[in-house]
Amino acid sequence: MTAVTITETGRGRRSDSFLSVQDLHVSFQTEDGVVKAVDGLSFEVEKGTTLGIVGESGSGKSVTNLTILGLHSSEQAEIRGEIWFEDQELVGASRGTLERLRGNRIAMIFQDPLTALSPFHTVGRQIGEVYRKHKGASKREARDRAVEMLERVGIPNARVRVDDYPHHFSGGMRQRVMIAMALVCDPALVIADEPTTALDVTVQAQILDLLKDLQDQMGTSIILITHDLGVVAQAAHNVLVMYAGRAAERGTVREVLGTPRHPYTWGLLSSAPRLGSSVDVPLKPVRGTPPSLLTPPPGCRFHPRCDYRNQVGPDLCSTELPELSPERGHGDACYLTLTQKQEIFTQLMEGR
Amino acid sequence: MLRFLTRRGLSAAFILLIVSAVTFFLFFAVPGDPARLACGKVCPPETLVQARHNLGLDQPIFVQFVEWVSGIFVGREYEGLGHCPAPCLGYSFVNQEPVFGTIVDRLPVTLSLTVGAAVVFLLFGVGTGIIAALNQGKPLDKIASVSSLIGASVQIYFIGTLAMYFLVFQWQVIERPRYVPLTEDPIGWAYGLLLPWIVLAIIFTANYTRMTRSTMVEQLSEDYVRTARAKGMSARTVVLRFALRGTLTPIATIFGIDLASLIGGAIITETTFSLQGIGRLSIQSVNNDDLPMLMATVLLAAAAIVVFNVIVDALYAVIDPRVRLS
Ligand SMILES: Nc1ncnc2c1ncn2[C@@H]1O[C@H](COP(=O)(O)OP(=O)(O)O)[C@@H](O)[C@H]1O
Ligand code: SF4
Ligand SMILES: [Mg+2]
Repeated sequence: MTAVTITETGRGRRSDSFLSVQDLHVSFQTEDGVVKAVDGLSFEVEKGTTLGIVGESGSGKSVTNLTILGLHSSEQAEIRGEIWFEDQELVGASRGTLERLRGNRIAMIFQDPLTALSPFHTVGRQIGEVYRKHKGASKREARDRAVEMLERVGIPNARVRVDDYPHHFSGGMRQRVMIAMALVCDPALVIADEPTTALDVTVQAQILDLLKDLQDQMGTSIILITHDLGVVAQAAHNVLVMYAGRAAERGTVREVLGTPRHPYTWGLLSSAPRLGSSVDVPLKPVRGTPPSLLTPPPGCRFHPRCDYRNQVGPDLCSTELPELSPERGHGDACYLTLTQKQEIFTQLMEGR
Repeated sequence: MLRFLTRRGLSAAFILLIVSAVTFFLFFAVPGDPARLACGKVCPPETLVQARHNLGLDQPIFVQFVEWVSGIFVGREYEGLGHCPAPCLGYSFVNQEPVFGTIVDRLPVTLSLTVGAAVVFLLFGVGTGIIAALNQGKPLDKIASVSSLIGASVQIYFIGTLAMYFLVFQWQVIERPRYVPLTEDPIGWAYGLLLPWIVLAIIFTANYTRMTRSTMVEQLSEDYVRTARAKGMSARTVVLRFALRGTLTPIATIFGIDLASLIGGAIITETTFSLQGIGRLSIQSVNNDDLPMLMATVLLAAAAIVVFNVIVDALYAVIDPRVRLS
């Protein structure tokens, strides 16, 4: 029995985006039952842009992005849906195909560079081996390339530092090493999973700037996962707000942070800084607790915590699952009318 | 690294000095007179005094110890017995020759037995541990854990004796273990020691299987292993170059302990398989009242343990660069 199944109704790749995730479901078999970590998620990333994915911890951000790279073990995870990347479908892709993509066309930056880098190998080797694997470079070439990448991410004295081990670097420098490693093969897509969460504030800003610079130089697309709206405001073009494994809202940064439409996004924003202000204000948790992913609430996943479900009409919120609409542009998954959303949000802003 | 080794080497030398002093004084306290042995069956009192003098036994014990230690480095002269060239560990009155020669004869047997077995169970244990970790919860994993449980619960004098009785004497599927020098005939060497190696491997492998499995399972869920996969490294590379590296430190630890206990337990192993190594030598010297010989074997075992410790410490630094800092 294979745990990975592919939906038969392949819609094929959308022409205008180079990464397209369609109706993705990821569930894990655990002792307590089936955890539905991602539950019908669709989103797209356009070439050369940054998509920020925000949501409380446990909303399925990491699981989604590990799925893109095929990093879940097929014994634990059941995956349905489609992921299209540069004319390839990744959910059903072979291990070999995925191995050739990883680190080469799609690279990943993890949250904690101290644990994410091998303590046993020099940074030069760790960067170089990606280059050797994918580009067939010699040891010499890989080393030169590693030095070049370290210089590029702003590590002073790269020619010497290339032989150092990760524990010889400070947190910020380590994350630069991680970025150098991710970019060594000029990937088309970089997935950065909370790349600045483990770093202190000034370093956070530097790392985000660095990512932006590199994107400008190389035209890389970025998925930037964070639970910090400040980071999104500073570094992303588009935003996807995730709640309980689903999309709550999607749009450009200006749309989602300026005129948010989903009650969950309001909750996230209520304590967050205004668009463009400093990045260090943490999110005030939204009232109530995140839902169980073992037995997710029926209807709108957010309804047990939502203050506005009475305005929608009897029982709709607790029975019918809202879909993201409209299909393109600024969309949200909430039954409130557009006018209601605008009025409520205006009132909220005035009340602050 | 060099500084590290020098420091460890010096402290090892110091420990050895202490151990030899303690051994020396302990043996001095043991009843029995080496001079009487040296002097022979019919021993007139004058000759006994002479013998004592020749052996330096009429000196204060401290002087004797210093002479003994300096003998190791520069050799020493036993009046009436002859020259004992460096390294002189003492003079055996039973064999009528310096102790060192006998030790040199016997040591390769013990080393071949223990180091050979150690290599076998290290490779085998780590190998099965990796397989078990990669097949968590599946039949292979269960087989590995059950067989390692059985292996861990048997003792050398039990299964070694059984193996000797059935395999060698009853069914004659394998020859009686014997020692052929490696330099003379490598195949004969391996074949002669095959049975003890296998028996020791059965007993010791279990530790490595369990240790490797549990550490490997942890390592496989480490972030840096995930990073290795995320950058496109093949499954083989991920396991062998990344995850395995993290399991080597605890393995080196138990390997050091096991090597030491194998050397310390050489008496039992060599008796079981009737091999003439250092272990047997120490029993024979007890039976013969051959104190200098016995003392040399005791010291040798202590030295082996100290040396293995230094090697293991050096290995830590080779395995994990973070250790090199301190
Ligand atoms: N391998 C796994 N097995 C079981 N549950 C998992 C596994 N990986 C993630 N989950 C669960 O999936 C949910 C989403 O996790 P994650 O994507 O890491 O959230 P986040 O949005 O904070 O990145 C969490 O409830 C987590 O416990
Ligand atoms: S659909 Fe209903 S419950 Fe869900 S966010 Fe909108 S108003 Fe609240
Ligand atoms: Mg996460």
